[in-house]
Amino acid sequence: MPIASLPNPIPVLPELFLAGVAMALLLLGVFQKAGGKGDDVRSSRLISVLGVITLILTLLLVMTVARGGAVSTFGGMFVTDAFAVYLKVFVLIASALSLVIAEDYLEHQNSARFEYAVLILLATLGMMLMVSANNLISLYVGLELQSLALYVVAAFQRHDLRSTEAGLKYFVLGALASGMLLYGASLVYGFAGTTDFTALATLFAKGQAGAPALGLVIGIVFILVGLAFKVSAVPFHMWTPDVYEGAPTPVTAFFSVAPKLAAVGLLVRVMIGPFGELADQWQQIVVFISIASMALGGFVAINQRNIKRMMAYSSIGHVGYALIGLAVGNQVGVRGILIYMAIYIFMNLGVFTCILCMRRGGAMVEDIDDLAGLSKTHPMLALALAIFMFSMAGIPPLAGFFSKLYIFLAAIEAGLYALAVIGVLTSVVAAYYYLRIIKVMYFDDVTDALDKPVRREIGLVIFGTSAVILLFFLLPGPLLDGAGAAAAALFTG
Amino acid sequence: MTGFPILSLITFLPLLGAFLVLTIRGDAALVARNARFVALWASGVTFVMSLFLWIGFDTTTAEFQFQDRMEWMPAFKISYHLGVDGISMLFVLLSTLLTPICILASWESIKVRVKEYMVAFLVMETMMVGMFSALDIILFYVFFEGVLIPMFLIIGVWGGPRRVYAAFKFFLFTLVGSVLMLLAILAMYFVAGTASIPELMRFGFPTGMQTWLWLAFLASFAVKLPMWPVHTWLPDAHVEAPTAGSVILAGVLLKFGAYGFLRFSLPMFPDATVAFTPLIYALSIIAVIYTSLVALAQEDMKKLIAYSSVAHMGFVTVGTFTLTVQGIEGAIFQSLSHGIVSGALFLVVGVVYDRVHSREIATYEGLVHRMPAYGLVFMLFMLASVGLPGTSGFIGEILILVGAFQANTWVAALTATGLVLGAIYMLYLYRRVVFGKLTKEDLKKLLDLSPREMAVFAPLIVLVFVMGIYPGPFLDVMHVSVDNLINSIEVARAGAGNVALVGR
Repeated sequence: MPIASLPNPIPVLPELFLAGVAMALLLLGVFQKAGGKGDDVRSSRLISVLGVITLILTLLLVMTVARGGAVSTFGGMFVTDAFAVYLKVFVLIASALSLVIAEDYLEHQNSARFEYAVLILLATLGMMLMVSANNLISLYVGLELQSLALYVVAAFQRHDLRSTEAGLKYFVLGALASGMLLYGASLVYGFAGTTDFTALATLFAKGQAGAPALGLVIGIVFILVGLAFKVSAVPFHMWTPDVYEGAPTPVTAFFSVAPKLAAVGLLVRVMIGPFGELADQWQQIVVFISIASMALGGFVAINQRNIKRMMAYSSIGHVGYALIGLAVGNQVGVRGILIYMAIYIFMNLGVFTCILCMRRGGAMVEDIDDLAGLSKTHPMLALALAIFMFSMAGIPPLAGFFSKLYIFLAAIEAGLYALAVIGVLTSVVAAYYYLRIIKVMYFDDVTDALDKPVRREIGLVIFGTSAVILLFFLLPGPLLDGAGAAAAALFTG
Repeated sequence: MTGFPILSLITFLPLLGAFLVLTIRGDAALVARNARFVALWASGVTFVMSLFLWIGFDTTTAEFQFQDRMEWMPAFKISYHLGVDGISMLFVLLSTLLTPICILASWESIKVRVKEYMVAFLVMETMMVGMFSALDIILFYVFFEGVLIPMFLIIGVWGGPRRVYAAFKFFLFTLVGSVLMLLAILAMYFVAGTASIPELMRFGFPTGMQTWLWLAFLASFAVKLPMWPVHTWLPDAHVEAPTAGSVILAGVLLKFGAYGFLRFSLPMFPDATVAFTPLIYALSIIAVIYTSLVALAQEDMKKLIAYSSVAHMGFVTVGTFTLTVQGIEGAIFQSLSHGIVSGALFLVVGVVYDRVHSREIATYEGLVHRMPAYGLVFMLFMLASVGLPGTSGFIGEILILVGAFQANTWVAALTATGLVLGAIYMLYLYRRVVFGKLTKEDLKKLLDLSPREMAVFAPLIVLVFVMGIYPGPFLDVMHVSVDNLINSIEVARAGAGNVALVGR
């Protein structure tokens, strides 16, 4: 019966919807009037608005589909469980917000094209596939769909030397990482005989006797390296500062949140799911990566003058903290990661939206010193940025404190005291450079005032994200429960 | 609890005031004026409310009173839980008293960004009150650490020439200590399975673990207190902070450390406390003698008072770790007294700083000829700081020394030298600034205290004498709680089969 052999489409409905709409929007964009003055801007605006609506609809679809509980389809290649749903919700929120804040910038830089929104949609689709992947093959397909779209948006300002350089660099190094991942996956397949996560997990659970085959361990290490590149953890972080600095600011904002969230989610799923039983083999690697990321992110960021570069190192550091949760490797640790990343995307998007407001005489400026005296010229913007910075430094009662709290709680519970002590001490180092931004804004005198923020939607995003960060402590329950359920799904299912 | 959430109200009323101040809009001069009045009202009403705590306080029980409890993070069994006992109640009052005084003292000296200044002070008051009344250890940490944000901004925005350096040093020193304490808190939370402070007090941690936890808490409280050798942030922060910032810093923030020892280190880690008592004694004696000598050599009035604070807090730690009723009550009393007296001394410096804009001792001479009232006020607080009988300083120091003599004669004798040294540097300061001939032209035009400044000092002077002459009501409040604290330590120590060496 041909009908019976069709896979169950309900769990993939959001992805199918997103894919269909993305292609339809591409067609719609192509058939828009082009060539004339203002045509590009008009079509870009249209597609961008439709893109945001699409993402919101997809979000609703994800929530609706989630009611069904954990379901897998396409022969076990694709799974929809609470873990995937949690990540998808925040990926979609992050993508939608990034799209909202991008339009203004692109129009100012004369690079408004409708393809931007379509590429973001496709990258988002790739991320959704990544976090739902339950097989090394579907993992790779999702990852590549995401990466290819990202390579293009990194070089989106094709007349700008830095942007094209960033795109090329990201592409070359990203391809290398994908190659490593693929090589590792093939090694795992060669030694285990399957690429299915569930099958791998049962295989390792049974084969308790003796150490796993060497080839298998090497394969896992290669997969870990490939994914560490994607989350920009030390020592695979080299591309991050250059790409963050060179890429157009809204693209950097997007890079620092949605793909990072998806990649961290994927890393957690792969390490805990199929390779969870082999934790002894990879735990020390994760511990090392985590310490190195926290330390490098803390120390190197101190000397940065460019705020986008500083944020790049800051994001490396943040990944280090999140990886503490993976090093712990239990349900509490995963819950910590999920809470951490959710709060992180709001903080980071907020900061980058503030950076998008750094414009003087119509041109973007990116030096930290350009913020001098911001509290006098733009009190609300400075207040928002100060909230984000204190939060990133992990000072209560802001949300960033709680995200670190749950991570360190997991580390202490698991007895990883050294890791926890190093973690908190590097957070003090990191606090120094976050405070420096506040110092420049509040303690220094105005040298040259920035332009007033222009667009309403940017102001709204800043207001919304800073409100989330500032008031998180009032109502932490829903996020904690959601993350708890998501982490539980990974360990039971 | 009795239904009416008075403690929560006291904690969050200043925050409401801060919100009201934030919403003030309009012409700059009007905004500044309104901000001052709203802040004064908010903190004044808070103070009046906090007096009801004292009126309704039951001095016959060591239980926590006025408890407010709500679910906060049920998944983690972390709750919003406030309450006060005899140890914390007076600290709450100290915070609510000093805030309106600070706002009144900044009335004219703060001219730029008045609105933000008042918001920062009111937010800080919420944090301080919350810190002293939190009964959930995570909530405690949130308030404890949250204080850093407004204080960092107060030093950095309204401070003196080296304010940036001072603000960073203050922030980072405190943060290093606090994050280590955070890890200890998480470890306690994990082992005991609860974040509730009363339950943690009864839990009884294993002796081996106590050592590490105690050290982690020491890292935080020693910086906050501050103890030698991590006191170096204090002179910088004090010198650069605006007057009111120094008052709060010396008056309340330093007490966080003293309170922390009493609330956490002593009841929760009794074995480690006894084991480390010699270390605390040594550090405290060094603090008392060394910083007194350093104070003697200072050319800057604020720096001198800052170093004297370190010495006085050395007394507090000695008293706390004698584990005697007199010692601990003396430590609490000395903390309160120091909060009022050193706060007042910073205000005294602030008065002449507002007029002459110099803190150098050498700038001043013979002020008594132009400012007799000022000379009198200065003398009162100077003598209170020295610990003259009849002032609050005397009661605290004598109780601490009585306690110390029971514990260890040498410690007591060495600590007592601080009294003499304190008298030397304070009298020397007073002689140079207030006495002598008035020859400098710019000082001859100075005006004496204004009515507003009188209003600032009056309540502090009254308190110094009331506490010095009739300390009974203050000691009654803390007595049962302190007794209970000492008993619980002894029970815990006896339970651990280690009865020797209890220092009493």
